[in-house]
Amino acid sequence: MNATTRTGRGGAGARQSLGAGARLLLHVGLSLGAVAALLPFLVMLFVSLMPKEVILSRAFDWRLASLQNYAETFSVVPFGRFYWNSLVVAVASTTVQILTASLAAFAFARLRFRGREAIFLLYLATLMIPFQVTMIPNFILMRYLRWYDSYQALILPGAFSAFSAFLMRQYFRTIPLEMDEAARMDGASSWRIWAQIILPLSGPVVATLAIFNFQASWNDFLWPLVITNSIEMRTIPVGLSSFQGQFNTEWHLLMAGSVVALLPVLVIYIIGQNWFVQGITLSGMGGR
Amino acid sequence: MTTPFQPRLAQSSPRRRNPLRWRPDQQWEAYLFLLPSLAGFLLFVGLPVVVSLLLSLAEWDLLRPPEWVGLANYRQLLTRDPIFWRVVENTVYFMVTIVPLQLALGLILAIALNQALRGTLVYRVVYFMPVVTTIVAGGIVFQFMLNRDFGIISQAIWWLRGATGLPIAPPDFLNSTAWAKPAVVLLTLWKNTGFTMVIYLAALQGVPKELYDAAAVDGAGSGQRFWNITVPLVSSTTFFLFIVQMIGAFQLFTEAYTMTRGGPANATLTVVYYIYQNAFQFGRMGKASAMAWFLFAFIFLFTLIQTRLQRRWVYYETES
Repeated sequence: MNATTRTGRGGAGARQSLGAGARLLLHVGLSLGAVAALLPFLVMLFVSLMPKEVILSRAFDWRLASLQNYAETFSVVPFGRFYWNSLVVAVASTTVQILTASLAAFAFARLRFRGREAIFLLYLATLMIPFQVTMIPNFILMRYLRWYDSYQALILPGAFSAFSAFLMRQYFRTIPLEMDEAARMDGASSWRIWAQIILPLSGPVVATLAIFNFQASWNDFLWPLVITNSIEMRTIPVGLSSFQGQFNTEWHLLMAGSVVALLPVLVIYIIGQNWFVQGITLSGMGGR
Repeated sequence: MTTPFQPRLAQSSPRRRNPLRWRPDQQWEAYLFLLPSLAGFLLFVGLPVVVSLLLSLAEWDLLRPPEWVGLANYRQLLTRDPIFWRVVENTVYFMVTIVPLQLALGLILAIALNQALRGTLVYRVVYFMPVVTTIVAGGIVFQFMLNRDFGIISQAIWWLRGATGLPIAPPDFLNSTAWAKPAVVLLTLWKNTGFTMVIYLAALQGVPKELYDAAAVDGAGSGQRFWNITVPLVSSTTFFLFIVQMIGAFQLFTEAYTMTRGGPANATLTVVYYIYQNAFQFGRMGKASAMAWFLFAFIFLFTLIQTRLQRRWVYYETES
């Protein structure tokens, strides 16, 4: 316990303050935690390589490992299609979100117009409203527009959250107004100021929001579940879930499918983990 | 005032700090900037909020014309629907188990990781891994691991029995009304603890080390330092996480859907799950909408109360 209350800001100094025994103990504890975090991934990977019979008889053996389950999984479920759908939906909804929100945030932060405070307040007021309230009317709206089971339905209703506009407005307000004024004196229009001054200076917040929105859309479950019907329109989580409903005891296939669903995301995460952590934590408010 | 070349700084008065003076030429331009966002927002957020309120006062299965029923949906939920109270109870169970456990685990891991050990980055990458994964895949693998016949967790319990001679046997987690809830809690902890840990870690890095040194000089033990320095100084983070995680727990759905489909015998049916069932399986759009508004009311009241209460336990440095 002596060890656990020190902070590590002091670098080398702090390191000295911990005894070798305490450090070893910490490493043991942290490693156990890491094993717990990794275990489901390892089980998934291991079982996905095992033949079907082995799983029930529990006679697991590394020498039996093969990629057979993956071939079978791809032959019964269109995972390629799920990937394509998830990619299209995540890219499109992130792009729409960032574009429209940054335009609106520019108006809120840099321009003056009648009703600005009132409209902004309207945006803020909806931040508290849970998704489940708007889900049912949006479902009805999508059917009314004949967009049920389409990309538009997967992309558009979720692409206009007030949160992105709010976060960008806060950021834009920290950029000195003298920049706009200098540009205006040189004859720049508001569009140019938005595109060539404000956006380039807002790299961090744009990247954070982009990553956050992308992964939120990629992992979204409830909306794609209710708004898609055909197997061709399923995104990865919903496709995997219907696969689970269909093959609920075929563990060898389910595990292979889960690995297929996770692998690319995990690879990207490990490469860009710092961005991921920042993107998710900084805008964690809008999560789920 | 209408030309963009007007040297605005020259005529500045005390109002200079509010440079967003209204300029008529910006008015329409501003609306153009706002238009795409506002149009989408009104169509997909504003309109649905209004429609949802109206819908909650009606009965509609999308096949026959909607029927106006006034407050009957709300009244039925409160007085004549035992399942509604069951799902409220289940949701409360998830809130009071998941949130404290997740905050405590996250804080412990964050403190451990904040000790300037070697390999901190690797631990952080590993702990955060479940956060970026699809919950459905997590649910599938936890189903497997909890399987009584060949799951690794059940195997571990059998092994423990053999090793210690204790009369314990693994429950059939997902088919037992008593154990299905803890199974869902377990999945949620695995999935989300990395999130609370990373946020706490950032907070801990802002705690000045001098405070601990000063306390140590004054003879404070490690427990005292933890309760009197660490806990108060991260309390604003605790408050933030508490609110965010509570709202998340209120909305628990995917975990229960993937692992147990709300079963067995509704043991893991949550409020959002029941909304989903009513709207998309039972064709009761009105009742589902009424429930969604209950959910909003819960979240709103809860956040309001917590925001009031925070003065009692959240420490802000500016107060001193």
